[in-house]
Amino acid sequence: MAGGTQGSGDAVSHTYENARTWLLMPSWVVLTFLALIPVILMLVYSFLTKEFRGGVIWDFSLAAYDQFFFDRGLFGDDPPTFEWTYITIFWRSIWQAGAATLLSLLIGFPTAYFIATRPAHSRAIWVFLITIPYWVNLLIRTVSMKFLLRDQGPLNDTLMGLGIIDAPLTLVNTNFAVQLGLFYSYLPFMVLPIYAAVERYNFSLSEAAADLYASKFVTLRRVLLPAVKPGVVGGCILVFVPSLGSFLAPDLLGGAKNYMIGSLIEEQFKGNAGNWPFGAAASMILLSMVLIVLIIFARSQAHREKGAK
Amino acid sequence: MFKSSQTHDVRSYLGFKTVTILCLIILYTPLLVVTVYSFNASKSITVWEGFSLRWYADVFVGPESAKFKLAAWNSFVIAIIAATVSTVIATLAATGMIRAGKFKLRPLSFGLISLPIMVPEIVLAVATLIFFNSIGFQRGFATIILAHITFCIPFAYLPISARMQGIENTFEEAALDLYASKKLAFSRILLPLMGPGIISGFLLAFIVSLDDFIITNFVKGAGVETLPTAIFGAVKQGIKPNIMAISTMLLMVSVVMVTISYFISKSDKTN
Repeated sequence: MAGGTQGSGDAVSHTYENARTWLLMPSWVVLTFLALIPVILMLVYSFLTKEFRGGVIWDFSLAAYDQFFFDRGLFGDDPPTFEWTYITIFWRSIWQAGAATLLSLLIGFPTAYFIATRPAHSRAIWVFLITIPYWVNLLIRTVSMKFLLRDQGPLNDTLMGLGIIDAPLTLVNTNFAVQLGLFYSYLPFMVLPIYAAVERYNFSLSEAAADLYASKFVTLRRVLLPAVKPGVVGGCILVFVPSLGSFLAPDLLGGAKNYMIGSLIEEQFKGNAGNWPFGAAASMILLSMVLIVLIIFARSQAHREKGAK
Repeated sequence: MFKSSQTHDVRSYLGFKTVTILCLIILYTPLLVVTVYSFNASKSITVWEGFSLRWYADVFVGPESAKFKLAAWNSFVIAIIAATVSTVIATLAATGMIRAGKFKLRPLSFGLISLPIMVPEIVLAVATLIFFNSIGFQRGFATIILAHITFCIPFAYLPISARMQGIENTFEEAALDLYASKKLAFSRILLPLMGPGIISGFLLAFIVSLDDFIITNFVKGAGVETLPTAIFGAVKQGIKPNIMAISTMLLMVSVVMVTISYFISKSDKTN
């Protein structure tokens, strides 16, 4: 997603032109067989009939998508009514991912801005400080967050010790815990693009605004924010997209009531209750949602670049 | 005087520093708390009973030590193999993309390389499981390694290609002018110059492989555990002190590796 070959103006030399096919062959083979074909196969599986105890029968069926959207009663012969269970889970996932993105933005934007306005030599240290936790195993970070937030955990102990609260707050197994977990999982994805955008920002624009008696808030909203908007949007997408399909934070911090797409999918492939075509269909719906977000983003970027020229 | 203080002022917003500090507190508190509690002498995770290395001893010689040692060994072997193979593949791919002229399939090739990070992790996990299942590939160690190589490729590719784009091809041109073969120009000129990028790519792939839970959980066979899947299984029964000791050790590994890569990239810039 980041880096790589943005635009067409990047430096490409011709030194190894004759060997091109051989240089690219290993990556093509591995990624075609272990990423592209599997995703296509998943689409196929979503249209197959489920085998009890996991797996599929190679018969075309729309049952998986039907089950997702319609309820046909216990024996499947009632007139179809709208099934809200799975749509609710998807809706909750979108909402939770959105809330986590907002939380990351509210904390990530000031942080990124603050870091980008430090003297040049200390910026690297600040960025380093923000990114270290990201390199710690995600499972360990999530477990640590759960340990901290527990009813008898250190956070509640401290707050009670300080006399701020009388009884422990219930934080684990709440929506907020999941949002905090997602924030903790993906914060650097928000901070880094915004940081890069603010670092490129020309501060004489802010000075000009100040000279023209714009208040600091107006300068922020009308001058700075529009200039760094691509960084902000990029950061939001980089947090929203992985949050949507996340598994660990909702599973460990959310509990059964705060079920998200990731757990729904995982459940279909574990144990005996599994329904592979349904899991594949849910994965396809998730993938489609992600692709829609990415396409809208790519279009707005292209539109913006065109506008700039 | 007034002017300079105002130009300085226009950059700073009230409260942004506080938010930054709050942000660092949120990021580090859970990790620090778990580190501190891993040295707790108590069997209970709630009560603090003084400093002890008891749970570290438990990790190495306790009743569950065999399980966690095997899981750690598996994780390490998988990460080494996956990072090595994906770094080689990514280096070749970067050379093909950046040093072999423009070609029609180039955008498609880039799309293919970044596919594993565009697709949500759980979707790739489902797809990979379905793939292995449909070709009748028995799930186990081999399936984990193949899956890890796949999703490590884009992570290795990003730093490697970024580095390669930053190296002018004049060095290789000079070697070719002096009658070096293309193979020689590649191995003696380009590869050494690529050193820091390749090391960063390898470290990134290594950490990403070590970190993975979801895909491993889908494609591992019964009985094969990596450290994250073993920890996840244990945490489902409740957070125990030995888990905190393992977590602290893994945390240290990550911090050391990130610090190494930080200094590599820093020394690289000064050259």
